Amino acid sequence: MLNAAALNMKTTTAPQRELLSGDEAVARGAWEAGLKVAASYPGTPATEILEALALYSEVDAQWSVNEKVAFEVAYGAALGGARSLMACKHVGLNVAMDPLMTAAYTGINAGLVVVVADDPGLHSSQNEQDTRWVSRYAKLPLVEPADPAEAREYVQAAFEISEQFDTPVLLRLTTRVAHSKQDVAVGERAVRPNRPFQRDAAKYVMVPAHAAARHRAVEDRLVRLRAFAEKTPLNRVELRDRALGFVTAGVAYLYIRETFPEASVLKLGFSYPFCDQKIRDFARLVNELVVVEELDPFLEDHLRGLGLTFKARHPSFQLGELRPEHLPAIVRGEAKPAKPFPARRPVLCSGCAHRAVFSVLRDLQLTVTGDIGCYTLGAAPPLASVHTCLCMGAGFTVHEGLRRALPGDRRIVGVMGDSTFIHSGITGLINAVYNRMPGVLLILDNATTAMTGAQPHPATGRTLRDEPTRTLVLEDLCRACGAEHVDVVDAKDTAALKQLLQQRLEERALTVIIARSPCWQLVRTKAGAPEFKPELCQACYECLEIDCPAISKSEDGLIKIDIARCTGCNLCVERCAYEALIPRRA
Amino acid sequence: MSEQRVVNILFCGVGGQGVLKAAEIAGLVALRAGYAVRKSEVHGMSQRGGSVESHVRFGPAVHSPLIPEGAADFVVCFDAAEGAKYRHMLKKDGVHFGPFLPLVRQQGIEPRYENTFFLGLLSRYLPLPRDAWLHALEQAFPRAQAENRRCFLLGAEMDAGRLKAEG
Repeated sequence: MLNAAALNMKTTTAPQRELLSGDEAVARGAWEAGLKVAASYPGTPATEILEALALYSEVDAQWSVNEKVAFEVAYGAALGGARSLMACKHVGLNVAMDPLMTAAYTGINAGLVVVVADDPGLHSSQNEQDTRWVSRYAKLPLVEPADPAEAREYVQAAFEISEQFDTPVLLRLTTRVAHSKQDVAVGERAVRPNRPFQRDAAKYVMVPAHAAARHRAVEDRLVRLRAFAEKTPLNRVELRDRALGFVTAGVAYLYIRETFPEASVLKLGFSYPFCDQKIRDFARLVNELVVVEELDPFLEDHLRGLGLTFKARHPSFQLGELRPEHLPAIVRGEAKPAKPFPARRPVLCSGCAHRAVFSVLRDLQLTVTGDIGCYTLGAAPPLASVHTCLCMGAGFTVHEGLRRALPGDRRIVGVMGDSTFIHSGITGLINAVYNRMPGVLLILDNATTAMTGAQPHPATGRTLRDEPTRTLVLEDLCRACGAEHVDVVDAKDTAALKQLLQQRLEERALTVIIARSPCWQLVRTKAGAPEFKPELCQACYECLEIDCPAISKSEDGLIKIDIARCTGCNLCVERCAYEALIPRRA
Repeated sequence: MSEQRVVNILFCGVGGQGVLKAAEIAGLVALRAGYAVRKSEVHGMSQRGGSVESHVRFGPAVHSPLIPEGAADFVVCFDAAEGAKYRHMLKKDGVHFGPFLPLVRQQGIEPRYENTFFLGLLSRYLPLPRDAWLHALEQAFPRAQAENRRCFLLGAEMDAGRLKAEG
């Protein structure tokens, strides 16, 4: 959130050292490097990069509509001669892969850094992909800091590499780099005049003939980058006791230092293309060589290709997050120890309007193709009313596919949030209209990008910096896309929503229902908790079926309401058939 | 600076309890006292009522942002069930805040000031100056400063015999 970053900026008494997260340190380092344009779409754990950049008046920073748009805006700005940055989470980069792959061909003008944050352990993601492979696939240099202090330095180095080699540079973070904090020594902003923009069709217009020539330039550049990898101080040999030597990158380096402080380490900060000679030389210097990395065997595979003998992790370490206490097991060649305990599952906030919508969808026993956002939490029992969740925007398109496979089943609806709809749901709606697919699509409009911490989007009428802008009107947009009916309902009015759904499901039309109610985190209004009359309670637990964190089974076998968490939304009251829950008048 | 080793504090609870804010304040106070600080936290989905943990480490030099298993000096839990899960993280002679949880009710502390109260309790064990705590609290909570200060001091100055009895 903006507040956290602002707190740091304002409260540090000694301005040269600040407690910064990896995200904030990327922002700080980029600002120091003369960053002019930055674009992103919110995604954990990368969201705070743009929120921190928004605090610097010299940076033209924006929430873009999606990651592809963000990349292209940053790319255009780099071509225009301004140092630029695009930031996203790992799956966000998938959305931007199309322009990224060809931007590797055109190169840039002023520096372009693409910051991508992976999420080992899936703290808040739909997959656990290892984005380091993108560097090989797109033939782009990869820089990997281990902590916030390095994040600040490495983003500056990344801009230099970008301009020296005329290429976008990938800066990869992981959750424990992005969301760890450290005291970071900070510097001042460098004054950098923009580079002149020059038209150059052979370089910037990727038609086949031009692109074939640029492919050669890409391969030549890789050769020069390999030579650079051997020399750059980003790849650092730390010789201590030579009995044990680690090759590693990213946060794993810190876990090694924590658990094997005497061991030698080759720390790869510039981890693609590889510094083959440096790796070979290091291997010769130590008795036992161990490769430690998080997720895929990206380093291991390459070292095997070099013909080196080393100890690799047990394959079980390719799943989930690495932790410092895992290091001894890795060195002993043992499997990854099981997690000591399951984390408590997340749940929709008390007062959340999504809960009301999902309780209706469940009562109607509909099959629901869902999407990415807080509302994915509707998949967990007892609500259990989201039946697919693949990626941003798939709620409407998977609905269409499912309907095509099951033409007789009209009790399937597609669901996504307002921000997700604008990100990549619109195309699915147009596709359904174009290809004559009837059905009911719901937009759960809570007036924010909630899961990542309430960022604005085009339909909120505010920008990243909270400036007013033209408001995208979702109902007008859906009508313009060709939806036959566009209904707007109060998401908390379960009776109205149920009636409307039943009616629309009977029709052979394409309907968009916008279920609107602002995110509770934005409004934070509370009414009194309902009054519980235990003498009337039949212990049917129907009120628990809404999965509200403010109501639970009590020790005496009935139910209890947590007054502190209850927002007085009265959804539980609606479910009680015995009048044991009485709404309290505010 | 007086601490020559790394001090490890694990804050844990459920999303919405102010776990991250408490950890943030502890980290800032350690930074102001001149220590190297590392801190880890988790944002996003788990914040929606799920398990939330934040590690704060400070000392002359710190490497890992995560506290290794069995190395936590303090487990500051805002929820009994969550606190119980992190017993394996605690050092043999470490302090677990689970037994202090009933104090919140006994002292009549509103849930939203729970984190400040626990920071007050924690401050008794740490080589960090009282003024730095109060200063950080003022800046972290621009509203309700008086109540935050009161709850912090309640924890910081609670009768030691009382704490022993609970712990």
